[in-house]
Amino acid sequence: MITKVENIPELKSISKQIRRDVLESITRAGSGHTGGSLGLADVMTALYFSVLNHDPKNPDYNDRDRLILSIGHVAPVLYAALARLGYFPVEELKTLRQLDSRLQGHPGRDHGLPGLELSAGSLGQGLSVAVGMALAAKMDKKSHRVFSIHGDGELQEGSIWEAAMSAGHHKLDNLIAIVDRNEVQIDGKTEEVMGLEPLADKWRSFRWEVFGCDGHDFRDLLTTLQQAKDFKGKPSLVLARTRMGKGVRSIENNHLWHGKAPTSGQLVEFVKELERSDEV
Amino acid sequence: MRYKNRGNRASKEGFSEGLNELGKRYGDVVSLGADITSSVGMDAFAKDFPQRFISLGIAEQNCVGAAAGLALSGKVPVFSTYGVFAGIRTTDQVRISLCYNDVHVIIGGAHAGVSVGPDGATHQALEDMAVMRVMPNMTVLSPCDATQAKLATIAAYEQCKGPVYVRFGRAPFPDFSEPEEKFEVGKAQLLREGKDVSIIATGHLVWEALLAADMLQEKNIDARVINMHTIKPIDREAIGKAAKETGAIVTAEEHQVHGGLGSAVAEVVVQNQPVPMAIIGMPDRFGESGQPEELMRRYGLTAEAIVDKAIGLLGG
Repeated sequence: MITKVENIPELKSISKQIRRDVLESITRAGSGHTGGSLGLADVMTALYFSVLNHDPKNPDYNDRDRLILSIGHVAPVLYAALARLGYFPVEELKTLRQLDSRLQGHPGRDHGLPGLELSAGSLGQGLSVAVGMALAAKMDKKSHRVFSIHGDGELQEGSIWEAAMSAGHHKLDNLIAIVDRNEVQIDGKTEEVMGLEPLADKWRSFRWEVFGCDGHDFRDLLTTLQQAKDFKGKPSLVLARTRMGKGVRSIENNHLWHGKAPTSGQLVEFVKELERSDEV
Repeated sequence: MRYKNRGNRASKEGFSEGLNELGKRYGDVVSLGADITSSVGMDAFAKDFPQRFISLGIAEQNCVGAAAGLALSGKVPVFSTYGVFAGIRTTDQVRISLCYNDVHVIIGGAHAGVSVGPDGATHQALEDMAVMRVMPNMTVLSPCDATQAKLATIAAYEQCKGPVYVRFGRAPFPDFSEPEEKFEVGKAQLLREGKDVSIIATGHLVWEALLAADMLQEKNIDARVINMHTIKPIDREAIGKAAKETGAIVTAEEHQVHGGLGSAVAEVVVQNQPVPMAIIGMPDRFGESGQPEELMRRYGLTAEAIVDKAIGLLGG
């Protein structure tokens, strides 16, 4: 079982390292989703290093908390977290998106990466899988939790709402869905591409308990995730307000960086910016 | 004929019995309902094992995803609804959540073919085998009658490890297969020896194939009849042998002529032992309302049509 990190400066330093891993691995790969991966680094760090019960030495143990990454395109941030936790060698991050790599462009369990719960990447499917896992846990009277991570743009998929309706109906209070609310998607601002608001009300009307937090403030993240974990009688939704590209100021909130890799020249600049960003 | 019709039954009854048998034998079997549970034969399981039945409403995409989550947690979920919804509406969920994750989930594809009858085209699954068959890791079963549907459902649990699609129908058709006959996934059944032509059929067209063989016998044509109850993985050996030993093949299925049994057989034939073939099925069009027998006649899904094609292949 991991020793949970609760010290905020330490969490900040871990997430900075993860951002650096993300930038380096995507640059080396020559393609990948930089903006979303950077934006989720703090949420991912909080979950894996402080909130989830799991064991990198025994990835498949039955009572572990599950984390479903429904937005498979931000795989680099998941890989970086798993590597830094010791699920596999950090060195392997260099193989991202290459032939025969266990680090597929979108996560694929068939390549045998330890700690990976689901092959995913087609948007709108992860919440259903999480619902299935939460139903199974209830059926077996297990106390572990199922967490899932979604993009805000992903919520435009109808299947998300089928899953949301079923989780509310079955009162799956062992399920905590986190929405990466950066308000940006490939074509631009979510509210212009396909408006999601009033988003919290939508989830409430589907019988979820809704929490909001600053997705880059560890104190807020840890408190909110703990509240969501403890909430009884309904599934929990955490709207984590984030900034795409967070940590590299020159690309923050720029939707053009959704699916673009830095050049090696840009990498040097971005890492410098990252090192300077002490408010992370 | 060696086989006797013990009375007409819908193959969905066999699925229902098989599912209940699985419930009795295995504690990890759970079933997911998408509202039409009695129509697809899941109501008995829901009644006998209420703790292991989960109602998810008219939301098939979510059913497939939830099934994947349950399977990743050690359950063997059985999800059934009409084939047009179970496998076709949910194709992307089947592709990624089930097949790419390679999880043991059984999908019951009910209401196969035009024999659904009066409900008409929207509810007649005629493309499901084509769609399911191209998915990596998927097994596709298409039993010939109610008795075999029960065995196929049990085999989907006992003999498979990944996702399985079991196809069955609504209308009553002859129940003739022998319950003590072993059902082996991937192994076609030779129901009748023959040397002049092979009829390879699936679903209730297998009965028509047997009738056709008797009719051909009267014209001194010795037809082999093969029950291809597994569409994927297809029994290459039985097909190759049929091609080599009989020199002509007629396939028959209640499915579009594109992408189903006929295509699967042709893929093997042209790459191994090219012989003349005829493919009987829906001629690239939608079905319509009518009584099952009327529709089977209208679209040439009958013993007579098989006889005609066989004679045509033999240059008669």
